[in-house]
Amino acid sequence: MTFVRESNVVFRRQIRMNLRNPAWVLIGIMQPVLYLVLFGPLLKPLVSSFDTGSDNAYTFLVPGLLVQLGMFGAFFAGFGLIGEWREGVIEAERVTPASRSALLVGRLMRDVIQLLVQALILVALGYAMGMRGDAAGIALGIVITLVVGGACAAASNALALTTKSEDVMAPIINIVMMPILLLSGILLPMTLGPEWLQSLSDFMPFKWIVDAVRDSFAGSFGTSSVLWGTVWAVVLAALGTWWGTATFRKENA
Amino acid sequence: MITARGLVQTFHTGRGKNAREVRAVDGVDLDVAEGEVVGFLGPNGAGKTTTLRMLTTLLRPTAGTATVAGYDVVAESVQVRRSIGYVSQVGSTFSGAYAGDEVVDHGMLYGMARVEAVRRGQELFEQLQLDGLWKRMPKNMSGGQKRRLDVVMGLIHDPSLVFLDEPTTGLDPQARANLWDHIEGLRSRLGATVFLTTHYLDEADALADRILIIDQGTIVASDTADNLKAQVSGDLVVLEVSADQVTRAAERLGSIADGVETDGRRVSGRVQRAGRAVPGLLRDLESAGVELDSIEVLRPTLDDVFLTLTGRSLRDAESTPTTEEVSA
Ligand SMILES: Nc1ncnc2c1ncn2[C@@H]1O[C@H](COP(=O)(O)OP(=O)(O)OP(=O)(O)O)[C@@H](O)[C@H]1O
Ligand SMILES: [Mg+2]
Repeated sequence: MTFVRESNVVFRRQIRMNLRNPAWVLIGIMQPVLYLVLFGPLLKPLVSSFDTGSDNAYTFLVPGLLVQLGMFGAFFAGFGLIGEWREGVIEAERVTPASRSALLVGRLMRDVIQLLVQALILVALGYAMGMRGDAAGIALGIVITLVVGGACAAASNALALTTKSEDVMAPIINIVMMPILLLSGILLPMTLGPEWLQSLSDFMPFKWIVDAVRDSFAGSFGTSSVLWGTVWAVVLAALGTWWGTATFRKENA
Repeated sequence: MITARGLVQTFHTGRGKNAREVRAVDGVDLDVAEGEVVGFLGPNGAGKTTTLRMLTTLLRPTAGTATVAGYDVVAESVQVRRSIGYVSQVGSTFSGAYAGDEVVDHGMLYGMARVEAVRRGQELFEQLQLDGLWKRMPKNMSGGQKRRLDVVMGLIHDPSLVFLDEPTTGLDPQARANLWDHIEGLRSRLGATVFLTTHYLDEADALADRILIIDQGTIVASDTADNLKAQVSGDLVVLEVSADQVTRAAERLGSIADGVETDGRRVSGRVQRAGRAVPGLLRDLESAGVELDSIEVLRPTLDDVFLTLTGRSLRDAESTPTTEEVSA
């Protein structure tokens, strides 16, 4: 099938460039690792007062960091695309008969693989520091993270190709990231907050996703959080790919 | 091979009070036959690249229609892309990837098998004198090498219709001559049709069967180089004399030339069939006591053609397309 073949050509080209510069994979994961090492110990005495199945600080923290990694890392994926666009690479690809979606999907495959590597590092490190969890649940949690990461990467690529400028894109990402970070309960559970803050966070899809990954790590698959988090992850992925493909298809991009 | 009717492209720039509508291409009609090599000439900003981007499906025309290789550029864009090769003006490879990898991946996006793309790529590297640069990154290449790499990218899949946007910019004379040979070869060996833009008049002269001149978004001439030059009245005769003889020299030249001008010690004017007129002029000058330091006879160039057609020199004319204020 030509679509798969074309996506693969794009994917392998991207991976080759990433492998030539593996520092980026590590730089991307530095932030969650620092949180794990420097913030994790602060949580230890507090976590038993959280109303979340587990009283292990790392079992609480790692899922949040995982989703944060998925969002952050992927949101910045688009910056590379601007560089490629500036050098004429995107135009060169668009003049070939290759499917426009394949040009995007090949890049998303790179972002998701990179995220998978980072997620495994983070989970392994968390495990070494004392995180415990359900094996199947951890796997599901990582899958949800990858779906969300793919959605964010697609959105980031679309934004990159729309703005075509790092200077425009960076503030937009910052504006979007702040409420997501604050209202998702990544570092502390939203249940600690007052009523109004909790209700507000109910409107934040990423809160459901963080809770879903958290429950899934704890092995409780039947919760409403897991259901809603998964639904939201899939919806975001659909929206992201739709937006991304639309931008790559646009004749005047 | 290419037919365009009434192609228009307007860009919107600025915001609010500064909003402008730029008519970069303003109703272009053109026809290119199979196997033809056409030179597309015009000053900076005339609309060459914009026209090419519409013909290569990269930009949807604001108005007008075009068929390329028998397919409509809007409705059948995939078929058009399959039929053409494009060398863009601004480059096509990532600075941090190996040149060879970029070429092979590009070929594979055209559906070539990897081995085939490698074989063809290495062949082109050799032909365009890029031997040994397969594993070099474009950021570590010279400007001329990078330019030739772009040409390899555009030709990797052996297209029968090639668009080249200023392919020889930045090439040294030897590399330029080599690329000319290659472009000649595309037509003679493969029967390919070539549509290339250039600023170099000698290039269009040397390569193109026919020249299209675009200015401010519209085609102002389309003919062979010879026919275009025939429109310019006469050859340019330039005399250099000592300062005190300039007036007398101008007077003598004026008896056979039009539009005599003096510039320091140089006196110039246009003379019909200068080859025949010059011996008489020399005798005339001698009997008038004018001593020549030098005499030059210049055949009309395409620059002269442009000057005749538009009243401006190709080299100086920075074409500013018509802009309209757009109410915000
Ligand atoms: N994306 C764009 N947005 C706004 N204006 C544009 C855009 N692209 C081109 N233009 C304008 O359209 C006009 C034609 O540009 P074009 O690139 O086609 O010129 P050109 O003939 O290729 O010139 P050059 O010889 O410098 O390459 C110019 O005035 C340019 O500023
Ligand atoms: Mg141009």
